[in-house]
Amino acid sequence: MRLIQKIGEWLDLRLQLGASIRETAKHPVPRETASWFYVFGSAALTCFMLQVVTGILLALIYVPSGGEAWNSLQTLNHGISLGWFIRALHGWGSNFMVAIVLIHMVQVFLFGAYKFPRELTWIVGVLLLLVTLGMAFTGQIMRFDQDAYWGLGIGASIVSRVPVIGPWAVNLMLGGPIIAGATLSRFFALHVFIVPGLLIAFVGVHLLMVLKLGINEWPMPGRVVRRATYMQEYRELTHKQGIAFVPNAVWKDMLFSGFILLAIATCAVCFGPFGPGGQPDPTIIQTAPRPDFFFLWIYALLSFLPPSAETPILLIGPAVGIIVLLVLPFFAGEGEKSWKRRPIAVLTILLIAVALGTMTHLGQHTPWSPVMDAWSSEPIPSQYVRGRTALERQGALVFQAKQCHNCHSLGDRGGERGPALDSVALRLTQDQLIRQVIQGGGNMPAYGKNLSPAETTALVAFLKTLHPATQVPARDASRAVALGAGETAADP
Amino acid sequence: MSEENGMSRRMMLVKLGIFLNAIVGAVLAMPIVRFLFSPVTREKKFGYESWLSLGGLEQFPAGQTRLATYRNPVTNSWDGETADIACWVRNVDGQTFQVFAINCAHLGCPVRWFPQSSLFLCPCHGGAYYQDGSRASGPPERGLFQYNHKIEDGKIFIKAGEMPTPGRAANTQSGGATCA
Repeated sequence: MRLIQKIGEWLDLRLQLGASIRETAKHPVPRETASWFYVFGSAALTCFMLQVVTGILLALIYVPSGGEAWNSLQTLNHGISLGWFIRALHGWGSNFMVAIVLIHMVQVFLFGAYKFPRELTWIVGVLLLLVTLGMAFTGQIMRFDQDAYWGLGIGASIVSRVPVIGPWAVNLMLGGPIIAGATLSRFFALHVFIVPGLLIAFVGVHLLMVLKLGINEWPMPGRVVRRATYMQEYRELTHKQGIAFVPNAVWKDMLFSGFILLAIATCAVCFGPFGPGGQPDPTIIQTAPRPDFFFLWIYALLSFLPPSAETPILLIGPAVGIIVLLVLPFFAGEGEKSWKRRPIAVLTILLIAVALGTMTHLGQHTPWSPVMDAWSSEPIPSQYVRGRTALERQGALVFQAKQCHNCHSLGDRGGERGPALDSVALRLTQDQLIRQVIQGGGNMPAYGKNLSPAETTALVAFLKTLHPATQVPARDASRAVALGAGETAADP
Repeated sequence: MSEENGMSRRMMLVKLGIFLNAIVGAVLAMPIVRFLFSPVTREKKFGYESWLSLGGLEQFPAGQTRLATYRNPVTNSWDGETADIACWVRNVDGQTFQVFAINCAHLGCPVRWFPQSSLFLCPCHGGAYYQDGSRASGPPERGLFQYNHKIEDGKIFIKAGEMPTPGRAANTQSGGATCA
């Protein structure tokens, strides 16, 4: 022990760091901030450190080459002892990091931490959110599989819509005219040099400001932030009633960080690494590309925006969102901090959470995509063909053969792109059915050129049988008048 | 020499140092910027877009739409399979051909051809196109991208070399007229 102490003294005489480290560790913080609510920032940093370590380990094997990346991932997964575990740690660490950064952001927002004098801390925090998402997106490209390839295609398609410079921006993003080796190389540079460099710089500034300005005090309803008096009030809270950060508050940070690392490792062991999926071969088109979890909501949004409004919303929406986050502290730099007195803030968080949650859920289920193999894998429920006429059964055959089942469900099986047809005869009359099949409309393709009159007749005859036995199908009352009384009898 | 004079002289030298570094920085910035933007300026290079054979006409029977693949004209040796691109060739009547890009006009996902219903369907957001490439339904704003093509010596050639995207489809034609 004496030797260690001697080495420490020898080093400190030369480095002169001991005193400032001790001062930083012992700096006073408001008593109530030694709370489990204040552990997310340090946990996010812990996740980042895990990502740095596991990232460097992966870089020992990974080959950032368009032709070899996928093979090197297979080697990592299967050919190298515990390579799968390091990949799993990195993948799950990434998910945990994004989640914790988001939770941290919600917490500081609800606790009013962005108000005077911590505006810049919040702004750097917003930049940290952006670079964290940037790491997640570029990391998804590193897993160079089909999803990564077509994800780049989606990115290029969005970038290309920027007015005037779009086409050039695509080449700049892809490193050439197509998605290829050059694309992976530049995303590798982004993922391991540029974005982490920014992240480290921002984390440094962010932490420095937390130390210089002090941690946000626990918000009390009625304790209003005013620029003129805040600094003095905060000094009271820290220097008169405060406690030393080490050891009074730091143990919660340490316990929580340790728990998070344990949770990441548990997920890594139980669920394993992410992919890679199929080879990044663009000639294999039997694929349904999907982004990683935290980008699913954007994926869902892209299918719901009306075509005419899509480009402006895609290009302007993110910019508006980021600007709103950046200028927030300038609009609400003073006033109440407690979420108990800020109903709009709480409702905003709830609204965003519900919206993102719903979109993510939809992104996982993609009801807007046709089920490509429903026509050959999902039979028509037997009760819909039992006891039907030959013509109606022929219509059921047309329904399958022309792939109506890919977009329309029967008995909860099949696509959800169009409405379920279990009771379509209640909604549409015979003429309306014919018109809809032949001309399409309302987001349905027209099948007029693709169906013979006989096929259309059979199909509509089948569709007219689709209604609950106890309910009468829709009927055009004027039809009887127009065609004579005989028509109604022949028209069940 | 007074101290004030000495100060101003050293300050002048400091300014000279800043000036020199600014000049060197500006001179170095030019090659850096040109290097960074080389993927954009490379467009002017010969061979960026060229006529590529998709194979003999016998592979594309009349009235059918078949998948074809080609190797991108500009490649690096480390591109691997990413430089192999697919496209859809439609032989309308034995005389007329249409060559569609694999990329959906919405966000570039690979569209699949369903001969039974004569539709191209996109797995990403459900875009649908008729057999002539015109938009049928879903989020795309336009029809499928089409490559310029020609027929020589019993083979079909297309002019390709760039991933078609909604913002730069200048080298490709739009699909047929939109039907409701």
